[in-house]
Amino acid sequence: MKKAISSPTKFSLPRLTYRVWTVWRRDFDVFMKTVQVNFLPSVLEPILYLVALGFGLGTLVTTINGAPYISFIAPALIAISVMTGSFFECTYASFVRMYYQKTFDAIIATPVSVEEVIGGELLWGATRATINSTIVLAVVAAFGLVSSPLFPLIVLLSFVGGLMFASIAMCFTAIAPNIDFFNYPSFLLITPMFLLSGTFFPLSQLPQAAQVAALAFLPLTHVTNIARGLVMGVMNADYLLIGIPWIGLATIVFFILSINLMKKRLVK
Amino acid sequence: MVSSEVLIKGQSLTKKFGNFAAVDHIDFEVYKAECVGFLGPNGAGKTTTVRMIYCFLPVTTGKLSVAGMDVSKQSREIKKLVGVAPQEDNLDPDFTVIKNLTVYARYFDISKEEATKRATDQLRFFQLQDKQNVDIVELSAGMKRRLILARALLNQPQILLLDEPTTGLDPQARHLVWDEVRALRKRGVTIVITTHYMDEAAELCDRIFIMDNGKIIEQGKPSELIKKHVGDDVLEFDMDEKLFDALRLELPGAVLETFGDRAHVYTAQSHGVFERFLEKHPASNVMIRNANLEDVFLKLTGRKLKE
Repeated sequence: MKKAISSPTKFSLPRLTYRVWTVWRRDFDVFMKTVQVNFLPSVLEPILYLVALGFGLGTLVTTINGAPYISFIAPALIAISVMTGSFFECTYASFVRMYYQKTFDAIIATPVSVEEVIGGELLWGATRATINSTIVLAVVAAFGLVSSPLFPLIVLLSFVGGLMFASIAMCFTAIAPNIDFFNYPSFLLITPMFLLSGTFFPLSQLPQAAQVAALAFLPLTHVTNIARGLVMGVMNADYLLIGIPWIGLATIVFFILSINLMKKRLVK
Repeated sequence: MVSSEVLIKGQSLTKKFGNFAAVDHIDFEVYKAECVGFLGPNGAGKTTTVRMIYCFLPVTTGKLSVAGMDVSKQSREIKKLVGVAPQEDNLDPDFTVIKNLTVYARYFDISKEEATKRATDQLRFFQLQDKQNVDIVELSAGMKRRLILARALLNQPQILLLDEPTTGLDPQARHLVWDEVRALRKRGVTIVITTHYMDEAAELCDRIFIMDNGKIIEQGKPSELIKKHVGDDVLEFDMDEKLFDALRLELPGAVLETFGDRAHVYTAQSHGVFERFLEKHPASNVMIRNANLEDVFLKLTGRKLKE
């Protein structure tokens, strides 16, 4: 069948108004309802990693680039919390709202548009990432592992990085036939990034080709590298020059793409 | 009073899903302050039509305007004027009863104080005030339907779309809904209902559209449609060849329908026609009753199950 001339699902730049915040606010209200349950894992998880890997494994590893192992992994834990916070929010949680709860359908019957619903979800995903990473930052600081005055910029990095991961996640949500589908991006994307993005060992340990691949395809590499600079004060300048435009571009591309894919799924 | 101002107008309105035309070139008008019903078997296209009116589904071809605005261009403005009670339960299970209403009001830019006031009023009307701090999962099916209706009224809509509003309700709750619909109509709200219940349509609707296979096959006032298609009375009897043949012979205009071993006979004639017939042909297990909209519906859409 030929497409109608002005197809409402035609690829376009999303038109968003302040109404995205009403959707964001809905998710925020739900979060606040269960805030205690949300906080505990965010606090406990980095403590476990710091104790097990930092004090446990870290005593076997001497230093990395002159810093103790625990200081090396601390910023990575912040970056990882940005990734997981937004990714799981905009896959499993968004899918539940869309598919099982029909929450999006209910909102679309009001003056809020489909694009704004998804825009609000993405902003919430970024917020969730920021909340999580701020908690991890506080834990890291409590362990005395923050040594750069630039650390408040972690909040900005978390929001932008969170928006990027949220947008990537939402692309999967747009094509997910069912909720089990998210096992694929979790194991094929999130787990490799968790381990191979210069998180628990320097990227330079990888073969040359893998280093290039990590910089080219794994967004967490860039978030980790910048986080390390903001927390420890040492940064690989080359990585930074690639990292900032990489994150900026990926955020814009996936933000626009995910809203269009979701529109295609929801507007029949 | 129903005015002559057209508030919703569909022209050759068509909705296709792939190659399947769920709504197939329908024309209809809904006047301001009118209550109209879309009737039809499952899959007839009623819900699809309603979903196009509130801009949930884009129109494939044809035209649809609401309050003078094109649904494909001014969806946001239209949605501000419309209250929607969908068929399925899409209440927000993450919130309590009252929070469902105040969060929903926020999507309409209603201030917090005003939202709380309206929510409280609606909960009182729908007799849900005792449940206001209860989670959605704890509500019965009937309470959920009532809450969906309360939610549809939060933005004080000019047009109210009710997609099977009383499915699953007990008689008390049904009457509560009917009372509200009548009260809203009196206040000048234009109401579009889809329903399977003919008594509901006859009770509430000024006019009805009967849909089948994506088309509007008949429309008019319930009482006129009854008179036109099935007359004043319906004769029902246990299937009996002799009686059947006699009816054929003496009431040539009559429509005879059988299902199982029960026969229904419709004429377009007024009271008394069956009494006179039965005087000549006495029989047992015979009933003469008032014709109703269900007879019209079954006559026009057939008795076969649609799914």
